[in-house]
Amino acid sequence: MVRRLNLVLGSVLIGVVVGAALLSFVWLPYDPNALDFAAQLTGPSVHHWLGTDQFGRDLFSRVLVGARGTLYVGVIAVGLALTLGSLLGAVAGYAGAFLDEVVMRVVDVLYAFPAILMALLLAAVYQPGTLTAMTAIGLATVPMFARVTRASVLSLKQRDYVEAGRALGAGDGRLLRRYILPGALGPIVVQASLSMAVAVLAEAALSFLGLGTPPGVPSWGNMLREAQGFLAMSPYPALVPGLAIVWTVLGWSLLGDGLRDLTDPRSRRR
Amino acid sequence: MLRFLTRRFLTAVISVWLASVVVFSALLAVPGDPAEAILGLNASPQALTALRHQLGLDQPPARRYVEWLGGILRGDFGESLNYQQPVAALIRNRLTVSVPLSLGAALVACLIALPLGILAALRRGTVLDPLITAASQLGAAVPSFWLGLMLILLFAVRLHWLPAGGFVGWGTDLVRSLQSLVLPVLALGLGQAAVITRMTRAAMLEELDQDYVRTARAKGLAGRRVVLVHALRNALVTIITIFGLSLTNVFIGSIIIEQVFALPGMGRLVLTAIGARDFPLLQGEILVYATTIVALSFLVDVSYGFLDPRIRYD
Repeated sequence: MVRRLNLVLGSVLIGVVVGAALLSFVWLPYDPNALDFAAQLTGPSVHHWLGTDQFGRDLFSRVLVGARGTLYVGVIAVGLALTLGSLLGAVAGYAGAFLDEVVMRVVDVLYAFPAILMALLLAAVYQPGTLTAMTAIGLATVPMFARVTRASVLSLKQRDYVEAGRALGAGDGRLLRRYILPGALGPIVVQASLSMAVAVLAEAALSFLGLGTPPGVPSWGNMLREAQGFLAMSPYPALVPGLAIVWTVLGWSLLGDGLRDLTDPRSRRR
Repeated sequence: MLRFLTRRFLTAVISVWLASVVVFSALLAVPGDPAEAILGLNASPQALTALRHQLGLDQPPARRYVEWLGGILRGDFGESLNYQQPVAALIRNRLTVSVPLSLGAALVACLIALPLGILAALRRGTVLDPLITAASQLGAAVPSFWLGLMLILLFAVRLHWLPAGGFVGWGTDLVRSLQSLVLPVLALGLGQAAVITRMTRAAMLEELDQDYVRTARAKGLAGRRVVLVHALRNALVTIITIFGLSLTNVFIGSIIIEQVFALPGMGRLVLTAIGARDFPLLQGEILVYATTIVALSFLVDVSYGFLDPRIRYD
């Protein structure tokens, strides 16, 4: 039971975030952008459950809408990284030799550009925004997936059942698709969950710097950036989105750890 | 060992070279005319021509790249469009803030994480282990910039113990400068401490389960000696890897922490460069960041062999 604690706790935390994001489509206590100058920087109350910001906007409504953006950016960025990284890792691990060397050098270069650095570069070339942030986070996360997939493929391609598949006449593409990659799926799924945690942190950081979600759209990073100037007057505009980020990152990390415990018996001993 | 060192060094050099190609290509990827993108649509034709010449846009890209790279190898990163100063001098100046900040944060992280990680491993099965593990899991989920805001709220706004931000400069007032770095160092270091604690615990548990530790204990060696001399030394290989990664994270994390605490470091400079579309400055800075990451990764790999003589690469 204790072994499953990470998985259960992570699932519950992420379930709440997904629930909040879905709820925001059908119900919000207030318009997240509605200004109310009679209720600026108030604390939690019956009217505003989590308080209001410097423009009197309802923090609860803004956090709910922020959950949407966080999941949206995270899923697209990690989806991009998973697709590209797994493909690169699979090709490198399966082909070996020269191709492996070339792919891993490309991965090494990507490793030299963490999400923020990649986003800075992309923001300078194009314009800062959600698309730039998603691409940057996705590209920066590619090395993790490439390494995990490569390691799995290297080990799996030696297995007897793969040899049997080859003997039955399966080509390289079929061997990779039908025999090897399904076996590598466990570590890739674990990595996806852990990468979601990284993506949530990166998205919030980029929005905080003004390089992510545009200023008009409620996002947790944007809320923190705006709250910085009003810390002395009310802690809630900074406290609420920050706790939402911690909640979500913790959720994805625990879920990733839980999935690893489930799929990798060796990690369970720890 | 020498063969490994040479091979690893060459890999690092290739990575830096490829990174320089990526960074240089950024200017080529700007949609339309980069000079117009920088100066705006109302710029005079003369100003545009002058800027194109300054950026080397009137020359073929390959030649421009060779000249740019040649300059960098000589320590000449070009001139900032915004500051009208050599990029190298600007970076050197800002590193006097970013480097102490990053090193301080990495040091704080290790000073907290190593004892806690070892303690958690040694106290496996007691209530202390899950407590430390849970705290480090939670700590790793806290964004450094939010922690920074919370530290400002507590220590600057409420208690008035430390400045909320700004930096007077080392030459102006050493004590105030050090005070200005306390909260940023903590904000950056505590998150990393959480990550390193988990890794240290895992690495120590791995070693404590090994036969040689059991043998050392059976020989009657003191518990402390077994842990510090035998297990910790072997666990260091893993811990050093994590520390190297943490140093990278801290250096990159300083970009955002400098923004939170209004510190005039590399991070603030790079954000200014983006705002002003100051490409020579931006390219120089990003190349310095990328090179540092590659160099740290190289140093971590090299340190393996020195820490654990069992590891032989050839």
